[in-house]
Amino acid sequence: MQEGTARAVDDVTFTLKRGETLGLAGESGCGKTTTALSIMKLLPPGGRILKGEIIHDGEDLAKKTDSEMKAVRWKKISIIFQGAMNALNPVLRVGDQVTEAIIEKENATKSEALQRARSLFELVGLDSSRVSYYPHEFSGGMRQRVMIAMALACNPSIVIADEPVTALDVVVQSKILELIKDLQRKLNLSVILITHDLSVIAETCDRVAIMYAGKIAELGNVTDIYKDSWHPYTEALITAFPSIAGEKKRFKSIPGDPPDLTSPPSGCRFHTRCPWQDDTCRNQVPEYRNVSPDHHVACHYSEKIRGKFRGAKP
Amino acid sequence: MDNLSVWFPARKGIASTFAGKQEWVHAVDDVSFSVRKGEVMCLAGESGSGKTTTARAVLGLIKAKSGIVRFEGNDILSLSKKELRKLRCKMQIIFQDPYESIDPRMSVLEILSEPLEVNKVARSRQEREERVYKALEDVRLLPPREFARRFPHELSGGQRQRVAIARALVLEPGLLVADEPVSMLDASIRVQILNLLLDLREEYDLTFLYITHDLAQARYIGNDIVIMYLGRIMESGPVEEIVSNPVHPYTKALISNVPVPDPTIKRDRIAVKGETPSALDMPSGCRFHPRCPYAEEICRTKEPELLRIGSARYSACHFNDRWIS
Amino acid sequence: MTQEQAALQLEEERFWVYKRKLRDFWRLYRRSSLGKVGLVIVLSFVTVALAAPWIAPYDPFTFVGDPFLKPSSAHILGTDQVGRDIFSRVIYGTRISLLIGLVASTMTIALGSLIGLISGYLGGRVDNVLMRITDLFIILPTLPLMLIMASILGKGIQNIIIVITVISWTATARMVRSQTMSLKERPFTEASRAIGSTDLHTIARHIVPNVFPLVFANGMIAIVDAILAEAGLSFLGFGDPSQASWGMVLHFADIAGATVNGYWWYIVPPGICIMLLVMGFAFISYSTDQILNPRLRRR
Repeated sequence: MQEGTARAVDDVTFTLKRGETLGLAGESGCGKTTTALSIMKLLPPGGRILKGEIIHDGEDLAKKTDSEMKAVRWKKISIIFQGAMNALNPVLRVGDQVTEAIIEKENATKSEALQRARSLFELVGLDSSRVSYYPHEFSGGMRQRVMIAMALACNPSIVIADEPVTALDVVVQSKILELIKDLQRKLNLSVILITHDLSVIAETCDRVAIMYAGKIAELGNVTDIYKDSWHPYTEALITAFPSIAGEKKRFKSIPGDPPDLTSPPSGCRFHTRCPWQDDTCRNQVPEYRNVSPDHHVACHYSEKIRGKFRGAKP
Repeated sequence: MDNLSVWFPARKGIASTFAGKQEWVHAVDDVSFSVRKGEVMCLAGESGSGKTTTARAVLGLIKAKSGIVRFEGNDILSLSKKELRKLRCKMQIIFQDPYESIDPRMSVLEILSEPLEVNKVARSRQEREERVYKALEDVRLLPPREFARRFPHELSGGQRQRVAIARALVLEPGLLVADEPVSMLDASIRVQILNLLLDLREEYDLTFLYITHDLAQARYIGNDIVIMYLGRIMESGPVEEIVSNPVHPYTKALISNVPVPDPTIKRDRIAVKGETPSALDMPSGCRFHPRCPYAEEICRTKEPELLRIGSARYSACHFNDRWIS
Repeated sequence: MTQEQAALQLEEERFWVYKRKLRDFWRLYRRSSLGKVGLVIVLSFVTVALAAPWIAPYDPFTFVGDPFLKPSSAHILGTDQVGRDIFSRVIYGTRISLLIGLVASTMTIALGSLIGLISGYLGGRVDNVLMRITDLFIILPTLPLMLIMASILGKGIQNIIIVITVISWTATARMVRSQTMSLKERPFTEASRAIGSTDLHTIARHIVPNVFPLVFANGMIAIVDAILAEAGLSFLGFGDPSQASWGMVLHFADIAGATVNGYWWYIVPPGICIMLLVMGFAFISYSTDQILNPRLRRR
């Protein structure tokens, strides 16, 4: 029985630049999906935006009503939901499902929409004749391409992809990620890529926001985050990530478990698992501050403890 | 405890009736490998590779159509149900889903006592409790009395998986089969659990059969690895060697496509066309041939054998010699 | 700590766990107004049933006045065609209806669950055979079957119970079977086999407790069905005339032409009682279902 309110996203600030891929990384429950749903104003029943602004094209989306958002959704910002590839309607042809959005949003005729669907399929690497197939006739990777085609149906400028490759085999994963990068270049898209998989982020994103318990722990460009991070959580996460490259050795793991969002830790939410926590960390929420051009951290002692996790013995 | 398990061809089929005619789905076909005592053997492969089925068959949880599984001098597949149950004490399994593999209606104490009760080990309640607490200590769920009283829904994913590991340990087995034990856990907890498994292996001289689709995990925890595809072994050998120097085209493609958590490393991807076909639609000859960039006529007609190409390495490709530089 | 002390402590802890579970259950149950209403209704009827000898003004089986008396201070609901006090008969009827309802539904659930569990868990040929038998019972038309059985077995409460059980067990069986089949696939069942349990142990320890919530909710409905079935059987004349169940009262009312003559005090009270008792159980079932099946709770 769910009791109490969970502040899924607390005081999150970031900017998305045109043509870039921003990664929202973090573990389950950190608020990355909720952030994305908030941007689209598609929160589940019981979820509300308490305060804040979402500025897009000069307008504040947070203040828009549902009917006003209809003009934004899919046409300006679209989203590929987590696991959507498995949620295709099995009794409808794939083409129909894609044209549905086009017909509704752009008032197109059926044949115009179908024409557009065919070209979208070509764009995502599917044979255009496949618009008349049913979902079960596609493999996993192909279904995800269909979802991408759907997301691009109305020419949005921003695409949010929530765990787009998690359920796919490694070989297919590479292809889909490459496709996304390709499309981004061709169509000058801005992409928000949400995932818990740090290796995927490293391969595809320009900038990354590492989220923890509803807040952003660190935000910066991808090389800095992976090689020269400022936040102990980021460091810990990156050093404790098994990889097939690099040295084979034992990693030091982060102690403890991710927090319960209905009663998050006081002060810095990471303090319960941080080896360097002290009174300040326990009582004061760290400021989300700018430590170098385009790089923000929320930690009281970044300067002092940088690099310490990497150097620690397991 | 003599734990040299030598496994010979194990061919499994799951019958699926097609319009009255019996057809077999070859989930696992002619797989052979052996695991050395105290080592971690990884069964790696993507979805549909048959790794899970192999592991289940090894434990006798699934019926094998043919083959031999040797464990401590016994052929597991030829034992009666009763004899198999007795052997269960020595081989245990940890499942993938920490939320589903422990009964939500039982307390941790009950969950951990159950194996002892069922196998009539540790007759007195006192003894059982002691073993339960010890198992909880082993998996670092401290204080053990506190955790013993809790129910699964009061535990986090990582803690639940520790309970699952404790349950596997409480019978003091020699062989542990782990089926993707960390895939459903958060990234920050995965290494915790992997390290725990490594510690336990050292402490109790356990032998692991570790199943995963994640080659990075396999590299972290494994000594040896077997790469499976559509029910057959493509390549096998020591993990580090295979990762740095793969021979089989499938292995090569797999390794090249695994993403790395380092944006400064740029890798050459070997593109592989298509996706893994379903086992109902098994390609002829070499199972990988429709997708292999180097496939030739012989690959379509003749299935390659698993041949030895090094001191402990095996590969199943018609052109093994080409790849060995 | 000595062995006895340790054992005692464990018992105590077990006790507290159960107490906590019950307390949590009650706490959740209290929130549902429908559930509370249902509980009140059912408990009231149970009290009436237990206290019948003291509440009922007259003996329900003997003639205590002139026949067809209208409601008065002496006879709150008047008398029936042989001069028996209707009010007393309705009060005593509570006993029979509740008794048959509870016993018949328990037997239905027991039989249905047993067959469902065996069929679902073992699968294969056993499943096929049992399911074909179940199908047979489903196909047979309920009402004629009830009537034929009733005529063959004769009058008597135990026969009514048997009849009701025979027509009702199939629904439970199918439901338990499908739940068992899905539980069989869940990892913790496989885990139970992996640690070396016998099939019996797995069923008893893992499948049954997880099927229980479903069975319990279904049980409430079975009670409702049993009560209604009994009322129907008795009304049609296949019940036990020596007992004063509500259905029987209605049966006698019908014979006496109460509907035609407009003796509403004869017909309406038993009818309302049946309706209220059934509603009571339905409300309880609804709220229990909400608790045991968390997905039904409103956010």
